[in-house]
Amino acid sequence: MPPLLEVRDLVKYFPVYSRGIFRKKIIGNVHAVDHISFTVNERETVGLVGESGCGKTTTGKLILYLEKPSSGQIFFEGKEIVQTFSKGSKEEQMKLRRSMQMVFQNPYASLDPRMTVYDIISEPFKIHKHVPSSEWKERVYKLLEMVGLEPYHAERYPHEFSGGQRQRICIARALAVEPKFIIADEPVSSLDVSIRAQILNLIMELQERLGMSYLYISHDLSSVRQISQRVIVMYLGEIVEHAPTEKLFDRPVHPYTKALMSAVPIPDPKRKMNIIVLPGEVPSPINPPPGCRFHPRCQYADSKCKEEKPVLSEVDIDHFVSCHYWHKFV
Amino acid sequence: MNLLEIENLKTYFFTEAGVVKAVDDVTLSVERGCTVGLVGESGSGKSVTAQSVLRIVPRPGKIIGGKILFNGEDLLLKKEEEMRKYRGKKISLIFQDPTSSLNPLFTIGSQLADIVIEHEKVKKEEALDRVIKALRIVKLPDPEHAIYQYPHQFSGGMKQRICIARALLLNPELLFADEPTTNLDVTIQAQIIALLKDLQRELGMTLVMITHDMGIVAEMCKYVVVLYAGNVMESGSIEEIFERPHPYTEALLKAVPRLDETRKLISIPGNIPNLIDPPSGCRFHPRCQYAIDLCKEKKPPLEDVGNSHFISCHRWRELQGGRS
Ligand SMILES: Nc1ncnc2c1ncn2[C@@H]1O[C@H](COP(=O)(O)OP(=O)(O)OP(=O)(O)O)[C@@H](O)[C@H]1O
Ligand SMILES: Nc1ncnc2c1ncn2[C@@H]1O[C@H](COP(=O)(O)OP(=O)(O)O)[C@@H](O)[C@H]1O
Ligand code: SF4
Ligand code: SF4
Ligand SMILES: [Mg+2]
Ligand SMILES: [Mg+2]
Repeated sequence: MPPLLEVRDLVKYFPVYSRGIFRKKIIGNVHAVDHISFTVNERETVGLVGESGCGKTTTGKLILYLEKPSSGQIFFEGKEIVQTFSKGSKEEQMKLRRSMQMVFQNPYASLDPRMTVYDIISEPFKIHKHVPSSEWKERVYKLLEMVGLEPYHAERYPHEFSGGQRQRICIARALAVEPKFIIADEPVSSLDVSIRAQILNLIMELQERLGMSYLYISHDLSSVRQISQRVIVMYLGEIVEHAPTEKLFDRPVHPYTKALMSAVPIPDPKRKMNIIVLPGEVPSPINPPPGCRFHPRCQYADSKCKEEKPVLSEVDIDHFVSCHYWHKFV
Repeated sequence: MNLLEIENLKTYFFTEAGVVKAVDDVTLSVERGCTVGLVGESGSGKSVTAQSVLRIVPRPGKIIGGKILFNGEDLLLKKEEEMRKYRGKKISLIFQDPTSSLNPLFTIGSQLADIVIEHEKVKKEEALDRVIKALRIVKLPDPEHAIYQYPHQFSGGMKQRICIARALLLNPELLFADEPTTNLDVTIQAQIIALLKDLQRELGMTLVMITHDMGIVAEMCKYVVVLYAGNVMESGSIEEIFERPHPYTEALLKAVPRLDETRKLISIPGNIPNLIDPPSGCRFHPRCQYAIDLCKEKKPPLEDVGNSHFISCHRWRELQGGRS
């Protein structure tokens, strides 16, 4: 079966301007997303993990065409998205918008405070006209039930809800268009520890019930492990490792993935960390290092790493690593 | 004698909407030379506890009862003037957000040197020397140069190192670190954790680590105090807390994903309570799977259950029999 979503060689550069007063001059580019390719299959959750600024959110926005790609292609059910949004008919564009939804990190900022929950959840019906107005009420109640809220919540305003409940409202709104694909960008990061499991479990239950696919974006490796079938690790705009979840967590290969995992504290006093401390910090994405982008922080880097860019190689079935010396680390 | 003993501390906020019982009868102790974890979710009273010890609770907050014994002396009986000799000098605090706690208008050297000058009446050169030493301790690269730079010229992780250096300037006996890694990436968080562990070991400092992350607690702390909605649920050694946890701690541990295993997350139902009108009896009862009528009616006392483990739960002893 062909994948539901295929991202091919996707690139997004943001120009950086000089601070001149009269004429703005482009002095460089932020390499936010730099030639990445991956797929998401039907009924699958793919995790996208990496540190702040590595390009996760930008990747999500490109797929939804909330940002225009600098180059590359994105296929959804075999149809190229960039073409559809730039040249396709209005109907085609609306159909595509209905198929894909995004749930954001901050449930406080993403709900209009002046709208009731009923208005928020039924708004997509107005836009997409896929549900006759006689059925709106019933649908809204059904959606509230699906995300674990009560019918009487419909008449309330966002400020009357806790963070976790607001995230449930955001999920209900995303589900209102019956999407096949949902991008969830850090959906639990702003929530309290005791509430996170509620939302993660909800996301997983909805998938079993409705069969949609997810791109789950997070900087938190532990929750990515919990929810994803496959995981992509990004560093400075590039994919450094990509594998089925169990393989990635049991046998990480890329030196960056290993360091990242070693840095996560485990809630068990018998298992002390064995941190691989990375020197320095993530370099600027404006002029990323040549060769392997990780080389300034990699303890195995040599002259080849400084000059030549490694490519993703399949080191095991479905397990891809971008490192010249992967065979040493398997 | 413990370095710090907090007894029945109550700190309330008298807001227009009502009285927020942010810290309500909190009792805990901190042994000299140890790292103690103060854990809880947001709003559980962690920061307000630290602010109370330093007596810097912002308005409309007020400490309305209890004792805070530091080296045996009750800080709540000190005059404001005397308290100034404690703040920064004997007891120091690292804030959650390094960006907003540094002054953007002054160089690192000048704002840190001012602290030394204010407390110790030394010359500028000597103060700057002390700053450089502190920056070296926190492993900030090239401290001689860094003192002439402004906060925005540093990354988040570097700024947090500078804040730690600032907290160490006057060689405090007790250091509170209030979620010092929450806004940082994991690899940078790991560097800060390693740094705090080294400092604790090398300087023999007493550290209270405030966090919501049970992983950080397991990694760094010898003792732990678990707060929920302004109450202490339990306190004890790290081993006791993980092996024989209070029902709230147990629920929390089952709800957080772990890097080292894939498992079913058991979520805790409901929401964090409103502290203007907190639940009666045990504050965790509306969300506790073991709750019985008694839990609703009577607040369980914080009891010594042996092995220096203190528990506030009506059913904990009985539950120990059934736990596998
Ligand atoms: N509109 C924009 N203009 C300029 N640069 C941008 C813009 N949006 C993003 N960037 C830059 O692109 C890079 C990738 O950003 P992105 O938001 O995708 O990161 P992220 O992986 O989602 O990070 P986080 O974990 O902090 O959310 C960053 O360096 C960011 O500063
Ligand atoms: N300045 C303030 N005014 C009113 N309420 C406050 C203030 N500071 C804290 N609180 C309340 O006190 C409670 C505990 O807060 P805090 O100690 O900051 O929690 P945390 O455990 O997240 O550090 C919360 O309910 C919070 O809303
Ligand atoms: S290519 Fe070289 S620098 Fe990059 S991760 Fe591999 S060993 Fe390290
Ligand atoms: S006292 Fe009751 S409600 Fe509170 S933790 Fe114990 S069993 Fe649960
Ligand atoms: Mg992001
Ligand atoms: Mg706090």
